[in-house]
Amino acid sequence: MVDVTPADAVPPAEVGEVELYHPHSWWTKYVFSQDAKVIAVQYSATATAIGLVALVLSWLMRLQLGFPGTFDFITPEAYYQFITMHGMIMVIYLLTALFLGGFGNYLIPLMVGARDMVFPYVNMLSYWVYLLAVLVLVSSFFAPGGPTGAGWTLYPPQAIMTGTPGGQDWGIILMLSSLILFIIGFTMGGLNYVVTVLQGRTRGMTLMRLPLTVWGIFTATVMALLAFPALFVACVMMLLDRALGTSFFMPAIVEMGQQLQHNGGSPILFQHLFWFFGHPEVYIVALPAFGIVSDLISTHARKNIFGYRMMVWAIIAIGALSFVVWAHHMYVSGMNPYFGFFFATTTLIIAVPTAIKVYNWVLTLWRGDIHLTIPMLFALAFIVTFVNGGLTGLFLGNVVVDVPLSDTMFVVAHFHMVMGVAPILVIFGAIYHWYPKVTGRMLDETLGRFHFWVTFVGAYLIFFPMHYLGLMGVPRRYAELTDMTIMTESAHHLNSFISIMAFIVGFAQMVFLFNLIWSIRHGREAGGNPWRATTLEWQTPETPPAHGNFGKELPIVYRWAYDYSVPGAKEDFIPQNVPGDFAPSREPA
Amino acid sequence: MAVVLVLVLIVVGSVLFHLLSPWWWTPIASNWDYIDNTIIISFWITGIVFAAVVLFMAYCVLRFRHREGIRAVYEPENKRLESWLMIVTAVGVTALLVPGLFVWSRFVTVPGDATEIEVVAQQWQWSFRLPGKDGKLGTSDTRDVTADNPLGVAPKDPNGQDDVLVEAADLHLPVGKPIKVLLRSIDVLHDFYIPEFRAKMDMIPGSVTYFWFTPTRTGTFQVLCAELCGQGHPLMHGVVVVDTEQDYLAWLGQQQTFAQLSAPQQSGSANQPPEKIIASNLGVAANSKLSRSAQ
Repeated sequence: MVDVTPADAVPPAEVGEVELYHPHSWWTKYVFSQDAKVIAVQYSATATAIGLVALVLSWLMRLQLGFPGTFDFITPEAYYQFITMHGMIMVIYLLTALFLGGFGNYLIPLMVGARDMVFPYVNMLSYWVYLLAVLVLVSSFFAPGGPTGAGWTLYPPQAIMTGTPGGQDWGIILMLSSLILFIIGFTMGGLNYVVTVLQGRTRGMTLMRLPLTVWGIFTATVMALLAFPALFVACVMMLLDRALGTSFFMPAIVEMGQQLQHNGGSPILFQHLFWFFGHPEVYIVALPAFGIVSDLISTHARKNIFGYRMMVWAIIAIGALSFVVWAHHMYVSGMNPYFGFFFATTTLIIAVPTAIKVYNWVLTLWRGDIHLTIPMLFALAFIVTFVNGGLTGLFLGNVVVDVPLSDTMFVVAHFHMVMGVAPILVIFGAIYHWYPKVTGRMLDETLGRFHFWVTFVGAYLIFFPMHYLGLMGVPRRYAELTDMTIMTESAHHLNSFISIMAFIVGFAQMVFLFNLIWSIRHGREAGGNPWRATTLEWQTPETPPAHGNFGKELPIVYRWAYDYSVPGAKEDFIPQNVPGDFAPSREPA
Repeated sequence: MAVVLVLVLIVVGSVLFHLLSPWWWTPIASNWDYIDNTIIISFWITGIVFAAVVLFMAYCVLRFRHREGIRAVYEPENKRLESWLMIVTAVGVTALLVPGLFVWSRFVTVPGDATEIEVVAQQWQWSFRLPGKDGKLGTSDTRDVTADNPLGVAPKDPNGQDDVLVEAADLHLPVGKPIKVLLRSIDVLHDFYIPEFRAKMDMIPGSVTYFWFTPTRTGTFQVLCAELCGQGHPLMHGVVVVDTEQDYLAWLGQQQTFAQLSAPQQSGSANQPPEKIIASNLGVAANSKLSRSAQ
């Protein structure tokens, strides 16, 4: 697939350039900014800040699991509040916001050759509504009764009953309100990302020339726009059940000896709505990571991504299939057991396009020119953890194997490996990769390598052994693991080991934060294209790019995003906006 | 070359951990060794794929790391290789799915001679109901739950009068007989889970869910709740004792039927205030059964 446009064959622009909104004051430049790059930094900073809260919460729950009975302040109520807020923050307010709001905002306009998102004002609103959602979420820590302790899945009826922390206090109301706000804010941003990719590309940037980062974020955004409404209605209905006493999800219930007024609702309906959102959500987090890691591997192995077209189709196939697998989260929910045949089959089919992506990543390394930079290290670590977590997904997706393992620590280990550790390793790799473009300076190499090794090895040591606790039958969401006949003494020691590793890995993140802040002023000057990369964001006239991104003239794209080590070319990379045919002598099969 | 070393160590370490570590499943006590076998197949297939991918990566990093003057090979795609890999993957996935679905069809097909028993969950304790001499469980409804009728057995249903009720105490089962477990909850979601039996299923207020199994050895097994059900969730333990036929019948003879239990209460025992019930529920979960099952 040699795809180079001759310089005289580039089509003229279909529409003329529109004048950008130019900021008039410090406030409109740095705070109420309509520049996607500033919005990206705002999104990223907010997501990181709330992510730190989730990190501390994970330490608290590991204190309890690793050293049961030692810390009196961690009551069962508090423990359930910790796990609920940790899960919700990590999945929604950190990963979704950072990948789409952060990386999406920064990279989409730059990579497709646009001056900004197509609706900059709505884009700005998107961030402020997101911030409001985060503030509402945080406020629940200070509300009477504290935040909700219903588990991040918020399953009714318990989510809105007295036996659950925050169920009859403010916790659940604030949680649901915050999610509703988040979805409103995301929709504003998401429409922007989709329309910008479809309509805002520069001349010559065909869809099949888009870097895979853009494909990943674009597909994930389309999915999110289709999936979040299911969560939205579920939240609205539960809010009505809780606040007005309706019975969408509430059947007849006797709570502590008293008949409640609810009747006729279906708890399992909530689960279907939740997972109709919740499973695509996994890929909403994973697809941007897939895209970004493809570009990291290609750039740092100085080799085109192997099988680009297959990679694009795999992203689209995974995105589409992820809408017909949701009930694999519900094999033991009590739904009709015959659903199991259908959902196990669709779930295992997803393994095929996913495996293709893995093969193509490692085949990109094959006969490459591998530079073991920090982004490359994180990309390699991503493949290890993603393959590990993906393969345990084949256990849980295969309906009958899920029966003993469901609701155990095996599940916790699986999803942390595959949608916690793996995407976060990509986020780290991506930050080391693009930080020079955002700030003009490199992150410190020594601190970076320390951060990498502790995070990668530590996270593997946390989550790999945890699978075996689940195999033993240790349930998840147990605030106390006392008096468990199935747990041997050594299993408790293993839990202590996991906790200690969690504290070490958490500490390494403080080093990373220090590096982020310190390098803004003290990092080595990066120049415009330190990684000698081909994509458009590295070809901007200024670094960091100014408002409008590309100076006077928008770039014209002549080739795909992966012309690395082209035979006959002088350099080992040809940027997308460089004309001229350096086509290899042999046409690849 | 630390990366190559670590990648190899991860593969070797993971395999050794799998083979040598003391953490493994509990000895099985039901007919679901099919599930264990499917897990073993899964470990083999996924273990081979994991080792192959990571070792291949390690080799690539060793062999193709940056050297001055050497460029990467320009190879955008290779249709043949990609097709082959897709076929091999599809075969591997099929090898997992087919035995899995085969065992699942057994799991959802309840044998005709299975005895129906009922497990009723509430925050945070387990109760049980066994069919009486007529072999049938009476109907039940959450709306029928009162202090005198905590399981909500329909008071007028003749089938329910001889049902044996085991309230917040241990359940006994005979070894070697297939059991269909009907699962009910009167408040929130719970999940009836005994690790040694491998099977589990959620309990949903307003519905009756089920699974089946055959206990294959006698012994005392701990019941765990496997679906978050509020702050008492981790203490919601119970006990199932699998007996020989003889011991089982002896135990059964000591239990009381619904009719026996509801008769004296009709002559005017005061309803317990709800706070008392809460206290006793928590007390049962936290003290008596725990200490017994731990021994």
